[in-house]
Amino acid sequence: MTLLLPFAAAALFGVGTYLVLQRQLSRIVIGIGLLGHGTNVLFVISARGRGEPPFVGSSDGGEMTDPLPEALALTAIVITFGVTAFLLALAYRSWIVTRHDEVDDDVEDRLIARRGLRPTPAEDGEADEPGEGEEDRGAGADGHAPLGSGAPAGTAEGR
Amino acid sequence: MTALVALPLVLPLTGAALSIIVGRWRMAQRVIGLVTLATVAGLSIALLVRVDDVGPTAVQAGDWDAPVGITLVADRLAAIMLTVSSLVLLAVLLFAMGQRGVEQTHVGFHPVYLVLTAGIGASFLTGDLFNLFVSFEVMLTASYVLITLGGRPEQVRAGMTYVVISLLASTLFLATLAFTYAVSGTVNMADLGVKLADAPDGIRSALALLLVVVFGVKAALFPLYFWLPDAYPTAPSPVTAVFAGLLTKVGVYALIRTQTVMFPGDGRPGTLLLVAAGATMVVGVLGAIAQDDVKRILSFQVVSQIGYAVMGLGLFTLAGLAGAIVYLVQTIVVKTALFLTAGLIEESEGTGRLARIGGLVHRAPVVAGLFLVSALGLVGVPPFSGFVAKLALVSAGLAEDQYAIVAVSLLVSLLALFAMMRIWTGAFWGEAERSARAVAGPQAQSVDRQDVRPLGGPPLMVLSTVAVAALSLAVAVAAGPLYDLCLRAAADLVDPAAYIGAVLG
Repeated sequence: MTLLLPFAAAALFGVGTYLVLQRQLSRIVIGIGLLGHGTNVLFVISARGRGEPPFVGSSDGGEMTDPLPEALALTAIVITFGVTAFLLALAYRSWIVTRHDEVDDDVEDRLIARRGLRPTPAEDGEADEPGEGEEDRGAGADGHAPLGSGAPAGTAEGR
Repeated sequence: MTALVALPLVLPLTGAALSIIVGRWRMAQRVIGLVTLATVAGLSIALLVRVDDVGPTAVQAGDWDAPVGITLVADRLAAIMLTVSSLVLLAVLLFAMGQRGVEQTHVGFHPVYLVLTAGIGASFLTGDLFNLFVSFEVMLTASYVLITLGGRPEQVRAGMTYVVISLLASTLFLATLAFTYAVSGTVNMADLGVKLADAPDGIRSALALLLVVVFGVKAALFPLYFWLPDAYPTAPSPVTAVFAGLLTKVGVYALIRTQTVMFPGDGRPGTLLLVAAGATMVVGVLGAIAQDDVKRILSFQVVSQIGYAVMGLGLFTLAGLAGAIVYLVQTIVVKTALFLTAGLIEESEGTGRLARIGGLVHRAPVVAGLFLVSALGLVGVPPFSGFVAKLALVSAGLAEDQYAIVAVSLLVSLLALFAMMRIWTGAFWGEAERSARAVAGPQAQSVDRQDVRPLGGPPLMVLSTVAVAALSLAVAVAAGPLYDLCLRAAADLVDPAAYIGAVLG
């Protein structure tokens, strides 16, 4: 029991970390869920050992378990649940606007990195590398493009 | 007195609930938002005066005694931060109302903004590590919504990175909480300050370092800063202003609070923090120089400034902590003013790209003046507010013989001046290469390029920006009393006995 739980937590953290390092959003979401479970197991470990259920009157005199870590874990579960739901909604929105399930690089970073190599105006040099994640430079720069007008760049590898 | 400590959280949450109920009427939402934030600002000032008078004050929610129940504590540091943040939040709300943007198109803006206010207030006032986590989550969840409000593809992409990184930091925070509880059997910060003193040195350093990483992500400390310049510029202007001004500073506040109260005595990660602070300053300012967009330059500057605040903490002396607090106060105000000015530039030009704008000094002299005051304040040119804060930090560093970090901080100030001059020459001097308004969409005003508007933007936006810039000047004018106040706040941190006494009774 005492050894099993730390190993379970370690496994959850390991798998979760691996999944979070992937590019696909769906895997990242699952990875974050697993990391959340790992921390909940850590909370259970931090209660140190077994005991009677911590209800007043239900115990027959034996030592009770510490109820606080369970309360903390419950709160953490609720928060993780809410935020994961938001993350899923965001992933769905990302699928709607880009038609693929990958986390894109920062467009501006790419432009600036390329500017160091090639002294061309940044705006002109972007059409030649599809699938790099440049969803609609116009919307990015000006913020006035209507919703969903982003060019579906990267459709191919998303499917 | 009890109410004074609790109301800064209770009022915004109540306001948020009311704001959802009256969601159909935007005017009612505005009245609720303004009244709530103005009241919170008033209460914070009252709290600051009171706490400065009588010392740290603790409130036990539901009358459960300290290590068991939920504790709210207001000491000088918390009250200072609460006051500054509530004033800034109020000004930014006014700015958002003046802008034709998310505030008008989204029913959710006002409730979420109030929840953000509550989260920030709770982070400052909570006396317990787990509730610090909960407050951070309240604040961050509100920020997830605000940063993706509008749902443009770019926002979704940046928001995704932001949410995932924040969630990872939160998970690590939870793991740290579990470790802390396993070691000490408590999550109350004051109680931890007493109990962790008995813990083995290795365990204490491990916990301290875990907390540095957790809050380092939230505060954008090197090497954990990379998400910030990516995420912040995509949000609507008022939202970016609040995020840049406040959210990372809440992370620094949490860093200061936990490192001083929970880990008293020696063995603090001072050198590590100083190295990280120096690297943060350098990387942030170099990133800012490379950028081509006003908001992105300013976002990298946010990173750079976090370094200064952490430098004060890394010294772990009275003068260093006082300098850090002064710096936090001035950087919140100045940074918000700068981002609001950037919002004005985008409002009038339709873009923030330096290549496309120019000559603003003729067309919008008020905006130019606002930018100049805030930019010089940020860089620290005397007599503006940044000078006072940096002087405090530099003299604290010299007093400790930390010449390397002092040299880095001065060099970075020079580079920051260069980054700000790039905005000045790019946006305010010269001529626009091509008319941005011609390519801009419906948001840009249909004004001729030669047309000079007296304020350079919608009156409410300009006036709220003026208010924040004036606040930054007030920081410079009232530098003496402010520094004395921060010294008293730092004294509470160097010797947390008063804090611990107030909580544990």
